[in-house]
Amino acid sequence: MSDPTTADTDGETMHHVRLSVNGATYDIEVPARRLLSDAVRQDIGLTGTHVGCEHGVCGACTVLVDGVPMRSCLMFAVSAEGQEVTTVEGLGDADGSLGAVQQAFKDCHGLQCGFCTPGFLTTITACLRDNPDPTREEASEMVAGNLCRCTGYQNIVSAVLRAAELQGAGCATKPEHAAQEAQA
Amino acid sequence: MKPAPFAYLRPECLQDALEAYADHADDAKILAGGQSLIPLLSMRLAAPTMLIDINRLTELSYVHTDASGVRFGALTRHAQIEHDKRANRAQPLLRKALRSVAHPTIRNRGTTVGSIVHADAAAEMPAVLRLLEGSVTLRSHEGSREVGAEDLFVGPLETSLAAGEIATEIFMPALPAGAGVAFEEISRRRGDYALCGAAAIVQTDPGGAVTSVKTGYLSVSETPLVLDLSDAFDDGELSQTNLTGAGELASAAVQPETDIHATADYRRQLAGVLTKQVIEQAHNHASARTIGGSQ
Repeated sequence: MSDPTTADTDGETMHHVRLSVNGATYDIEVPARRLLSDAVRQDIGLTGTHVGCEHGVCGACTVLVDGVPMRSCLMFAVSAEGQEVTTVEGLGDADGSLGAVQQAFKDCHGLQCGFCTPGFLTTITACLRDNPDPTREEASEMVAGNLCRCTGYQNIVSAVLRAAELQGAGCATKPEHAAQEAQA
Repeated sequence: MKPAPFAYLRPECLQDALEAYADHADDAKILAGGQSLIPLLSMRLAAPTMLIDINRLTELSYVHTDASGVRFGALTRHAQIEHDKRANRAQPLLRKALRSVAHPTIRNRGTTVGSIVHADAAAEMPAVLRLLEGSVTLRSHEGSREVGAEDLFVGPLETSLAAGEIATEIFMPALPAGAGVAFEEISRRRGDYALCGAAAIVQTDPGGAVTSVKTGYLSVSETPLVLDLSDAFDDGELSQTNLTGAGELASAAVQPETDIHATADYRRQLAGVLTKQVIEQAHNHASARTIGGSQ
């Protein structure tokens, strides 16, 4: 049976957890009840992951676990040990510039207040890996599990298509088309 | 809110999990996908003093399909079954219903066995298990037993699992030749709890006549409800008259409650309308399988 190192703090058992986030290793001491979302934000200090409803409805806290989108508010940090977690901070390109999905959100005005955006970016990144050339309907389906209260979703769906263009073969982009859709 | 403190065990094999659960059966909960349990903990609607995390029990993560049907383990995520081609050739209702289970992101983590033993009558897969007359394997420190779907659900969020028992496997029977299935639900937003949902299995004979019609429902009863509507089709025809009769029988049989999302009357009406839709779709599915020879 796995028995992580434990230590008592304020009477609650603490677990030593080694998390791998965006390729870096973090050793943290947390109680078992620490949600992965809170561990990423508070214990590791990566505050790009946002916590909205905290019961799995809004999608703002979505991170990639071994490349698969999951709600970080519906996982405990102790459960994520040994898995690779990717947060919105891990979506940029290696040179520090915006990743394709991030750039597409900027191009298409896919965000306003930005609270929900990290969850959209992680979800769309994984979905485009599975389906690199979605139709508008498929793009809409991709973001159906994430709530946004600013944009009305049209520009987010356009951003999905724009990101697919940016990632497409030879970056054969059609910026005018995306910009028109963004204004529609 | 945050969950109340709990002790945490993460066994590496099923035997260890069963022994730990036997020692703490009264105060421990099993954590698999956690997509229903963790919200309950965070809202402090539940506060077990111990969680036994079975996410390391990879021996329970599988989808096995043979001529009799589909078996999957306690750690099999919804998405694994949804995307398993062999499983869905054997029993197409699995994917049809799984596509309505919350959102894809939730299906990546949540387990189908966990959803079924959570026993929410507003959930899709308990109704599917009941409709298909599947079964669940329960393991404890002392042994193993098989429970049929009709004996599993005893009340809202309540099953016949005994203290210390873990549901390790679910069996969903294959779809017989000449049969078809369908699933539909109405929800406020895609991925939300259904206001009402219905599934159907329609059996036809080699001549195309309807020989059996069964339907299953979610969100309109305290436990997953299954109706045998074969009598409405006693002439073997899928006529509008018979469909209307079946819808009326369903509306009369369901026991919905009013909440902020919908009145009981509205849910009752939905049950009737969805009944007609899923029976017609399942019949079309049966016809297409007979002609096409597969799915």
